[in-house]
Amino acid sequence: MQPASSRLIDALRAAAGADAVLWRAGELFVYECDALTHHTGRPAAVVLPRTADEVAACVAACAREGVPFVPRGAGTGLSGGAIAFGGAVVIECARMNRILEIDPVDRVAVVQPGVVNADLSRAAAPFDLHFAPDPSSQQACTLGGNVAENSGGPHTLEYGSTTAHVLAVELVLASGERVRLGSRAGGEPGYDLTGAVVGSEGTFGVVTEVTVRLTPVPEAVETLLAIFPDVVSACHGVGAVIRAGLVPAALEIVDRRTIAAVEASVYAAGLPLDAGAVLIAELDGPAVALPRQVERVRTLCGANGATRVEVARDAAERQRFWRARKGAFGAMGRLAPDLYVHDAVVPRSKLPEVLEAVCAIGDRHGLTLSNVFHAGDGNLHPNISFDRRDEDELRRVLAAGSEILELCVRAGGVISGEHGIGAEKQDFMPLLFTPDDLDAMRRLRAVFDPERRSNPGKIFPTTRFCVESNPKARGYERVSFDP
Amino acid sequence: MSQGPSAPGTLEATRILTKSLDCVHCGLCLPVCPTYRETGREMSSPRGRVYLARGVAEGSIAFDDVVADEMGLCLGCRACETACPSGVQFGALLDEMRAEVERRGLRGGLAKRIETLALRGIVPHPARLRALVSLLGLAQRLGLDRPLLRLAPAALRERAALLPRVPSKADRAPLPALVPAVGDKRGRVGFFVGCIMPELFGDVSHATVRVLARNGFDVVVAPGQGCCGALHAHAGDSERANELARRNVTAFDAAGVDMVVVDSAGCGAALRDAGRWLPGTGERLAATVRDVSELLDAAGLRSPPGRIDARVCYDDPCHLVHGQGVYEAPRRLLEQIVGVRLVSHEDPTACCGAAGIYNLTHPAMSSAVLGHKMRALAAVDPDVIASGNPGCIMQLRAGVARFGLRAQVVHPVELLDRAYGGPSRAPDAPYL
Ligand SMILES: Cc1cc2nc3c(=O)[nH]c(=O)nc-3n(C[C@H](O)[C@H](O)[C@H](O)COP(=O)(O)OP(=O)(O)OC[C@H]3O[C@@H](n4cnc5c(N)ncnc54)[C@H](O)[C@@H]3O)c2cc1C
Ligand code: SF4
Ligand code: SF4
Repeated sequence: MQPASSRLIDALRAAAGADAVLWRAGELFVYECDALTHHTGRPAAVVLPRTADEVAACVAACAREGVPFVPRGAGTGLSGGAIAFGGAVVIECARMNRILEIDPVDRVAVVQPGVVNADLSRAAAPFDLHFAPDPSSQQACTLGGNVAENSGGPHTLEYGSTTAHVLAVELVLASGERVRLGSRAGGEPGYDLTGAVVGSEGTFGVVTEVTVRLTPVPEAVETLLAIFPDVVSACHGVGAVIRAGLVPAALEIVDRRTIAAVEASVYAAGLPLDAGAVLIAELDGPAVALPRQVERVRTLCGANGATRVEVARDAAERQRFWRARKGAFGAMGRLAPDLYVHDAVVPRSKLPEVLEAVCAIGDRHGLTLSNVFHAGDGNLHPNISFDRRDEDELRRVLAAGSEILELCVRAGGVISGEHGIGAEKQDFMPLLFTPDDLDAMRRLRAVFDPERRSNPGKIFPTTRFCVESNPKARGYERVSFDP
Repeated sequence: MSQGPSAPGTLEATRILTKSLDCVHCGLCLPVCPTYRETGREMSSPRGRVYLARGVAEGSIAFDDVVADEMGLCLGCRACETACPSGVQFGALLDEMRAEVERRGLRGGLAKRIETLALRGIVPHPARLRALVSLLGLAQRLGLDRPLLRLAPAALRERAALLPRVPSKADRAPLPALVPAVGDKRGRVGFFVGCIMPELFGDVSHATVRVLARNGFDVVVAPGQGCCGALHAHAGDSERANELARRNVTAFDAAGVDMVVVDSAGCGAALRDAGRWLPGTGERLAATVRDVSELLDAAGLRSPPGRIDARVCYDDPCHLVHGQGVYEAPRRLLEQIVGVRLVSHEDPTACCGAAGIYNLTHPAMSSAVLGHKMRALAAVDPDVIASGNPGCIMQLRAGVARFGLRAQVVHPVELLDRAYGGPSRAPDAPYL
C-alpha cells in the first residue's frame, strides 16, 4: 500500500464532499478484503459518492493524480474482486442506493448500483414482480456487484444469471466519460456491449445505473426436501429429475457438515441432522401443473435412494428452508475462522464422480471440506474451513483448491460459475484459455479502459506473487500487477 | 505495534481476538446495521467493527481514535447478532472493546461527561435519582421546564426534549413487598424493579405487577435489588457492572422465587448476561430471567375481560428481539385483547436510536436512525405504538412529537392492564 497524497484526498473531497472520503489507517484497514479473506490489498483512500456526477468527478480526480480505482458494492464478493491493488482508490457505491423507477408495464426497474438485491425484489413485490437472480448473499449484495460478477443464485436454473436480466447500463469510464449501453426495450442492434459489461468485474469502469428486467412472481410454488444417505446419491437424484424433462426452478444440495452448522445457527430450519445430504427442489408455475410435478420429483428421488421426501407445508416453511440454504456459508464460520468458498462448474452428468473426487482431495490434505451448491446447474461450491493464521493449513487449502479446479476442467467444466476470477483465480485462467484467447480479452478491455486504471491486477494471470513473510498479514499480497 | 492493556498477547487482547474469530466476513449483517445503513462505511458496519477488533488484538493496526469512535458510534442494538449465521457474540465483543477504550482514555468531550454523570453520579443512587425526578416533575407541573430550558445551551435543549412527563405520585409509590396471586396460583415470581423504571415509568411497574397477579402469580419485590448494570457494561465500566450484578444475585437468591420477571427489555438482556460477570451464581440467575411478555405467553394469558378498540403497532425493543430472542410473545398477547388490531410496519426490529443513553451521547446519529423508524411508523399511522422498554418508549414519544404522528406510545403491559380494568376494579384484592 502506498500512502495517499494529500492532493489526492483534497481532489476526492472536492469531487464528492468532505464526509465522503476516508483516508485514516484504521478506516482503510477494513477495506483490505472482501468475503474472501486471505487475499488482501489496502486502498490509498475510499470515496463514497452519491451520484453518477460525483463518480465521474472522483474518477477524473484519480485520472489527474494518476492513480487507479476499484468499484465496490457490499464487499460480499468471493474472488477478491473489490480489493485494491497498486494503491488504488476504492469507489464505494453503498450510498448510491436509490431505486429510480419501477415500471410494471415495461416490467423494468432502473436502479443505482448500490441498491441491495433483496431490496429491489421487496420494492417490486407490490406489482407481483421480482428480480430473479437471487444469490445467497442477496440480503446484502448490490446490483453493481451482481452486474460485475454476473451473479447467479439457486433460481438461476430456471431464470438464468444476471446477464439474462440486464437491459441497459450507464458506465463511467476510466477517462471520466459517461456512456450508456443497451436499451430498456431490450435487444441491442449490433454487438452486445451491455452483455460484455455484465461479468467484467469492475475492469470496464464504474457502473452508475442499471436497467433490469423484472419477472412476474410465479402463481404457485412447491418446495421439496429430499433426504439422501450421501451427496453422491443426491447428485443422481438431480440427474434423474433433469433427464425426466422437468424444469425445476431450483435444485440445491446441502451436505451433512453444512446441515450441522446451519442447524446450530439462527437460520436453523429443522433440517435432519442424520441425513447424508438433502436436496432442495423447488417447482413453480401455474397452480394446476404443480401437483403432478411434485409427485414425479418425489418418485424420482425415491428411486435414486432418497429415504424421505417432505414438501414445505406453507410459505413460512419454504422461507425457512431457503434461509437455511442461504445462511449456510456464514454458518460455516462456526467450524473455523475462515472459509474458502470454491466455485466451479462441471457438466451435470459428471456431478457424482467429481464430487467423490473433490471429497477425496479434501481428505488427502486433511481439510474440513463441505459442499452446498447449485446442483441443477452443475455449479459446485466445495467449502474449506480453515484458519488463515496457520500457514501450513493455508498452504494445504490453496493446494487442494488448485487440484479441485484442475479436476473440474478435466471433467469438461470451467473454473468459475458465478463468483468471478478477481484476484483469486487469475493464475488459473491458462487452464482454460490460450495466450491468444487472453490477448483477445485484453483488447476488449482496452476498448473501455486502455490504461487499465479500473480495477487493475484482476482477472488476467500475473507472473509474480509472493506470500508475505509475516503470517499475521493474511495470505497473499500482490507485489506487482501488470496484466 | 500498539502498546498497553490490549497489546497482542495480553488477556484482554486474547479475549477480543477469540470473539472476533467467529466472523467469516460474509457481510450478511450489513443491511440490518443502522449505522452502516446511515453511512455506507465499512468500519461503521458490524463486519468492519469486528475486523477492527481483530486488527487491534493482532496488532495489525493501532488502537487509536478511529477504533474508539466506531465502538462509540455503534448503537449496541445487536441486530447484527440476529442476522449473523456464524454466531458472533457482537454485544459481548463490543463491551470488551469499550472497556479497552476506557482503559486507554480514548474518550472525552461532552458525550463522555454526560455519560459519567449519569452512570456514576445518578443511576446507581436511588435517592439522588428520585430527588432529580421529583424536581423535574415539579418543574413540569409548574410549567417551568420550558422557560428554564430556553436558558440552556442548544445541545442540552435538544436532549431535554426526550424527557418524559414524570408520572403522578401514586404511580411512583413504592411497590408492595408481596402481591398475592389472584385465582388459581401458577407460580411465585420475583419482580425486577430497576432504577429508572420506578421513577419515570412507575405506572408501568405497577401495571406489570397487577397483570402478573391477575394471571396467577405471587409477585415478590425482593429487597436489596438495584440497577441491572446494562448501561455500565455497554459503556465499558465492567467493574461497576460486576458489582451491580452481584447485588442482584444476592437479592434474588434470598427471595426464593421460581423466576425473575422483567418489564424493561434492556434490564432483562443485562440480567441474562449475569453469567459473564459471575460464572455460577450469575448463570443461575440468568437462567431464571423472563421478560414479562415471555412469561405470560408461556403460561397462557388469562383472557382480559375489557376491550380496547385500536390499531396497535408493536415495535420490537432491540434488547428483547435481538438481545433475548423474544419476538412472537408480545404480539400474541396483544392480539388476545378484544378490539385490538395488530398492524405491522416495514421495519419493526430495527433500532429506534434510543440505545440506552446513546440519544444523549450521539444525538445526530440517533436522530437519523429515529427518522427511519418514524417514517415507517407514519406509513401505517397506528392509534397506539407498543414497545416494552423505557428508553424506546421515551425515544418513540419524542419521535411521535417531532414527526407529528397521532399515536400514543405505551408499554404492552399497560394495554393488558387496561383490558383487565386497570388499578381500581378488583374487589377481592385491595392492591389491585
Ligand atoms: C454468503 C454469501 C453467499 C453468496 N452467494 C452467492 C450466490 O449464490 N451466487 C453468486 O453468484 N454469488 C454469491 N456470492 C458472491 C457475491 O455475493 C456476489 O458476487 C455479489 O454479486 C457481490 O456483490 P457486492 O455488492 O458485494 O460486490 P463487491 O464484492 O463489493 O464487488 C464485487 C465485484 O464487483 C465490482 N463492482 C461492484 N460494484 C460495481 C459497480 N458499481 N461498477 C462496476 N463494478 C462494480 C467490484 O469491483 C468487484 O470486482 C455470495 C457471497 C456470500 C458472502
Ligand atoms: S450492534 Fe447494532 S449498530 Fe452496532 S454493529 Fe451491530 S447492528 Fe450495527
Ligand atoms: S454476519 Fe456474522 S460472520 Fe457474517 S460478516 Fe457479519 S458478523 Fe461476520
